[in-house]
Amino acid sequence: MSVDLQTVKRVAHLARIAVSEQDAERMTGELNAILGFVEQLNEVDVSGVEPMTSVTPMEMKKRQDMITDGNKAVDIVANAPATEENFFLVPKVVE
Amino acid sequence: MSDLTHLTISEARAKLRGREISAAEITEAYLSAIARANPVLNAYVTVTGDKAREMAKVSDAKLGKGDGGALEGIPLGIKDLFATEGVHTQACSHVLDGFQPRYESTVTSNLWADGAVMLGKLNMDEFAMGSSNETSYYGPVINPWRRSRLDTVVTPTTHQGDGGFVSAGGAKTARTLDNAQLVPGGSSGGSASAVAAFLCAGATATDTGGSIRQPAAFTGTVGIKPTYGRCSRWGVVAFASSLDQAGPIARDVRDAAILLKSMASSDRKDTTSVDRPVPDYEAVIGKPIKGMKVGIPKEYRVDGMPEDIEALWQKGIAWLKDAGAEIVDISLPHTKYALPAYYIVAPAEASSNLARYDGVRYGLRVPGKDIVDMYEKTRAAGFGREVKRRIMIGTYVLSAGYYDAYYLQAQKVRTLIKRDFEIVFAAGVDVILTPATPSAAFGVADEDMNADPVKMYLNDIFTVTVNMAGLPGISVPAGLDGKGLPLGLQLIGRPFDEETLFQTAHVIEQAAGRFQPDKWW
Repeated sequence: MSVDLQTVKRVAHLARIAVSEQDAERMTGELNAILGFVEQLNEVDVSGVEPMTSVTPMEMKKRQDMITDGNKAVDIVANAPATEENFFLVPKVVE
Repeated sequence: MSDLTHLTISEARAKLRGREISAAEITEAYLSAIARANPVLNAYVTVTGDKAREMAKVSDAKLGKGDGGALEGIPLGIKDLFATEGVHTQACSHVLDGFQPRYESTVTSNLWADGAVMLGKLNMDEFAMGSSNETSYYGPVINPWRRSRLDTVVTPTTHQGDGGFVSAGGAKTARTLDNAQLVPGGSSGGSASAVAAFLCAGATATDTGGSIRQPAAFTGTVGIKPTYGRCSRWGVVAFASSLDQAGPIARDVRDAAILLKSMASSDRKDTTSVDRPVPDYEAVIGKPIKGMKVGIPKEYRVDGMPEDIEALWQKGIAWLKDAGAEIVDISLPHTKYALPAYYIVAPAEASSNLARYDGVRYGLRVPGKDIVDMYEKTRAAGFGREVKRRIMIGTYVLSAGYYDAYYLQAQKVRTLIKRDFEIVFAAGVDVILTPATPSAAFGVADEDMNADPVKMYLNDIFTVTVNMAGLPGISVPAGLDGKGLPLGLQLIGRPFDEETLFQTAHVIEQAAGRFQPDKWW
């Protein structure tokens, strides 16, 4: 399978990365080289093989559903580019 | 030894405990070595001198009372991927500009609890994506090793048995070093370069496809990627969560064992962290390997592999045989599919993990006409080319209509790769010996590698299988190539059997000797 310029632009938008026409053209070539490389996986007979979901057999750890941490609003917003009264500030989302 | 920076961790530990040297002295020695070398090698992105001095002072007080921890007063470098409270933590990306976490990663907390001293944060490929440390926002790291001039005959440089330190050209050889700058490998290139150039006693690193073992091999250092789940991933900036593991890079096998013991733990904050006690890895060093079954996989003999590497592999086989190990030929038939499967699984996980960098909660923000425009501009400006490439691949293979063809297929192939190892271990093989990399260190801005991303990816051809199967792997220096550059051998073990790796790697180290670059920086 290979990607065309339109697909690259669509994927870039899905990934929320702005691309110029020139970027998109370069990426088309690069992505096709990588997709060409991974194509060889189709040679492998995987009939009856379960996809890997966990690399080591382990049971998901569970914990009590209770509050163990919190009251860290100041810490949480400390690195944000724009905040007000412990809220993250973003451009207007709903008109 | 007048230069304190040349002490191994075990040597420094003894001298610190014996009060022959102080933590303050050894810390100052490293800080001045960094000040001299870093403008050239670019191994550190931040040096935390004041913090290091404070920590050393506390260590000296503890050592004075005789209650120092396992790493009391030992100065370490920390890869920029680990969250360190109040200190630069950016995964060497522009998108995390100015980020200083309000918390400490579990691995570094463990090290500080054992008394280690932090010298600073180490350069790396952006978000650990790269094999040459050239994708860092902070510029490439330079390998302290250089090729010797082509017309020079390299003298044998390894002593049998004594395990002593050997200079790259032998003390008496007037060998001229080539001026070409070489990469230290990646993504833990800063860690490897700093350890090899005596800019820290040891370093933390991480390995998703070979990022500890490949740079260790390129710099003549020892690097171990432990079993998935052995070190907590909490507070480590995520790249591909089912593959990422932390581990140390050190100057010898014993030091790597000492560091891993402190780094590893069970951690309730990481649900994939294993609930098993951490063994005393150092205790197995020096134990004989007589009767151990060592597997040699035929699939690791690849086309175009330099003769030097094949010869090194044969040497490694001979050393282990001489030590009483039984050598058996084995087959891992799905080996060639590990790298293509990795380049689906790792980008897929990365595209999801890196979705969080949106200019809202931390790091860079580039304003836009609305919120989506802000996201797109922020991410376009914040991520480098390689990171964008991988996010794009990951987004594509996970997008509607392609999931089964790519991601599901890759995860099925991954099951087969793991099964190959399980069959071999079930047949009684204790450890597998392979080359660590298909070449020695290459030049900065190598044209071939930069023109073709797949060529760069092939650096991980021998290491990536281990991540795909979640196994432990160690890279140990085993010799120099015809141009005087270090080469490593890799040992792969059963899940959570890091002890056998340290034990066997030590046998190789004893036979091969140890290697250090001629100082030019």
